[in-house]
Amino acid sequence: MIPPSQPDQGTDAEPPDLPGFRTWRDLYMFVFGWFVLVVALLTVFTWMFS
Amino acid sequence: MNLADWVVLIGTMVGIAAYGFWRTRHVRNLNTYLRGSQSTGWGTIGLSVMATQASAITFLSIPGQGFESGIGFVQNYFGLPLALIIVSAVFLPMYRRLGVYTAFEFLGQRFDGKTRLLGAGLFLLQRGLAAGVTIYAPAIILSTVLGWRVDLIIVFAGLLVVVYTVTGGSEAVSITQKWQMAVIGGGMVTALIVLLAKLPPGLGVGGAAHVAGALGKLNAVDFSIEPSRRYTLWTGLLGGLFLSLSYFGTDQSQVQRYIGGGSVREGRLGLMFNAVLKIPMQFFILVLGAFLFVFYQFAPAPVFFNQAEWQQYAQGADGARFRALADRHAAAVADTQQAIRAWLDARATADVAGESATRATMVEANRRADAVRSEAKAALLTANPRAKTKDSDYVFITFILNELPHGAIGLLVAVMFAAALSSKAAELNALGTTTTIDFWRHIRPLAAADERRNVRVAKRFTALWGVFAVAFALFAGFAENLIEAINILGSLFYGVVLGIFLVAFFLRHVGGHAVFFAAVAAQTLVLVMFFSLNIGYLWYNLIGCAACIGLSVILQTVLGPRASAPAGQTA
Repeated sequence: MIPPSQPDQGTDAEPPDLPGFRTWRDLYMFVFGWFVLVVALLTVFTWMFS
Repeated sequence: MNLADWVVLIGTMVGIAAYGFWRTRHVRNLNTYLRGSQSTGWGTIGLSVMATQASAITFLSIPGQGFESGIGFVQNYFGLPLALIIVSAVFLPMYRRLGVYTAFEFLGQRFDGKTRLLGAGLFLLQRGLAAGVTIYAPAIILSTVLGWRVDLIIVFAGLLVVVYTVTGGSEAVSITQKWQMAVIGGGMVTALIVLLAKLPPGLGVGGAAHVAGALGKLNAVDFSIEPSRRYTLWTGLLGGLFLSLSYFGTDQSQVQRYIGGGSVREGRLGLMFNAVLKIPMQFFILVLGAFLFVFYQFAPAPVFFNQAEWQQYAQGADGARFRALADRHAAAVADTQQAIRAWLDARATADVAGESATRATMVEANRRADAVRSEAKAALLTANPRAKTKDSDYVFITFILNELPHGAIGLLVAVMFAAALSSKAAELNALGTTTTIDFWRHIRPLAAADERRNVRVAKRFTALWGVFAVAFALFAGFAENLIEAINILGSLFYGVVLGIFLVAFFLRHVGGHAVFFAAVAAQTLVLVMFFSLNIGYLWYNLIGCAACIGLSVILQTVLGPRASAPAGQTA
C-alpha cells in the first residue's frame, strides 16, 4: 500500500556539483552563452558560404 | 542487404530490446515503473531526452531537407536551449517537489479536475495520433526502398517496442534509449565518413562546402521578417521557444524522462546536456544532407528519388515521357557538374571574372535541374493525382543502400529502427502513464493506494496504446511530408497546453474555471485560424499560448476574485 505519489523534498538546495559552476545560475549563463555563440557562428557560416 | 547487414540489423535491434526486457523484468514498484530507477544518472537522462525527440523521421527526413532546401531548418531549434533553461529552472523543481507522475497531476493540484483532464485529453489526442505516424513513417519508406511488406515492418517494430515497454516501463525505456542512441551516433558518423570519402578527388570538405553554399544549401540563418517564411531566426526563436517549452515542459513523453533519477540535479544536467548539444546535432544532420546534394552533382542522381514510385510510371504506357524527363535531368546535372568544376578551377586560380561567370553558369544549370525535377513531379501528378511526389525523404536511404558497404547498410537501417523504437517507447510509456494516472485513477480514486494493481493497469494501458498505434499505422494514410505533419499537429495543440501551464506557474490569481474555458476558446481559435489562414505553423504555438493566457486573465477578471491557490503550488 502506498500513497499516490511521493513528494521530493529540498530539491532546490542541491548545487550542480560541476567544476567551475557553483550555482545553477552559473550553469544557465554558460548554456545561454553557448547558445549565443552557436547562433553567431551559424550566422558567420551563412555569410562565409552563401 | 546481405547476411552481414541482417546480422547487424537484427543483432542490434533485438539485442537492445532483449537487454531492456531482461534488465527490467522484475520491476514491480510503481515509482520505478512510471518514473524510472532512482539510480539513473544525468547522462542516461540526457540521452533519453534526446532519443525521445529524435524519431526515425529525424534521420530519414532531415538529411532530405538539407538536400532539398538547405540547412535553414536548423533555426527551428533555436528556441530549444532557452526553453530547456526555463524547464530546468521552473518546471522540473515543481514537478519533483509535488512528486507527480504526470505533468497533468500538477494542473489538478493547481486548478481542478476538469483542467487536469483537459490537459491530459489534449495530450492523449495529439500524442495518440502522432504515435501512429512515428511508426508508419519509417515503415513506409523502408518498405518502399527495401521491398519489404509495410505491414510486417509495422507489426515487427510495434511488437518489439510494446514487449519491453510494457515489461519494464520507464526504466526499460531509459536503458534501451541509451544504447539506441549509441547505435544512432555510430551509424550517422559512419554515413558521414563514407560520404566524405566518396566526394570527388580534390574537392575536399572545404570545396564541397563552397559548392553547397554557392548553390544556396548552407544558409543557416535567415533574418527575414516575412511571416509566410517557414524557417527564420524569428520563427525559430519565438515559435521554436514556445514549441520547445511546451514539448519539454508539458509533453508527458519528455516530462517522464527527466522527473526520474535520484535527484533534481540529474534531471537538470540531463536537460542542459540537450541544451548544449541539440543545435550542433541537427546542424550535423542537415549539413550531411547538403553534402549529399554535392555528392549527387558528381554521381548519377535520379530525377526522382522514390524510384519505386517513379518506375511504375516510367515503365507504363506513358513511359517515354518519364524517360525523357530523366534524360533531361541527367543532362542538366552534367552541365551543373561541368560548371562546378569550372568554378572551382577559377577559384583556385583567383580568376575573379571567371569565377563570377562560372558561378552564374553553375547556378543556372542547377536551376534547370531543379525545374526538371519539378516537371517530373508534375508529370507524376498528371498521371495519378494521388501520386506521392515528396521524394526528399528517400534521398538519404537511397545513398545508404547504393553507396555504403555491407554491414554499414545494416547499421544505418538499424539507426532508423533504433530511432523509431526509442521515440515510440517513450510515447507508449507516456500514453499508458497518463491514461492510468489522470483518467483511470480519476474514475477509481480508491484504487490509487494499491501499488501492484496500479502497475498492472499501467501495463495494460501501455499495451493497449501500442496496439492502437500499430492498428492506426496499418490502416491510416498520412501526409507526405512526415516530419512537418508531426510538427504541425504538435503546434496546433502545444500552444494552448503551454498556456495552461504558464498560467498555472506564473498567474496565481487565475483559477480553474477561467483557465479551462479560456483554453477551450483558444484551441477553437487556433483550429479556425489553421484552416482559414496561411501562416507558418510555428506561430500557432505562440498564438495558442498567448490566446490562452490572455483569455484566462480576461475571464478571471469577469468571474471575479477566487480563493488563493494552495500554498507551495505556484511559482
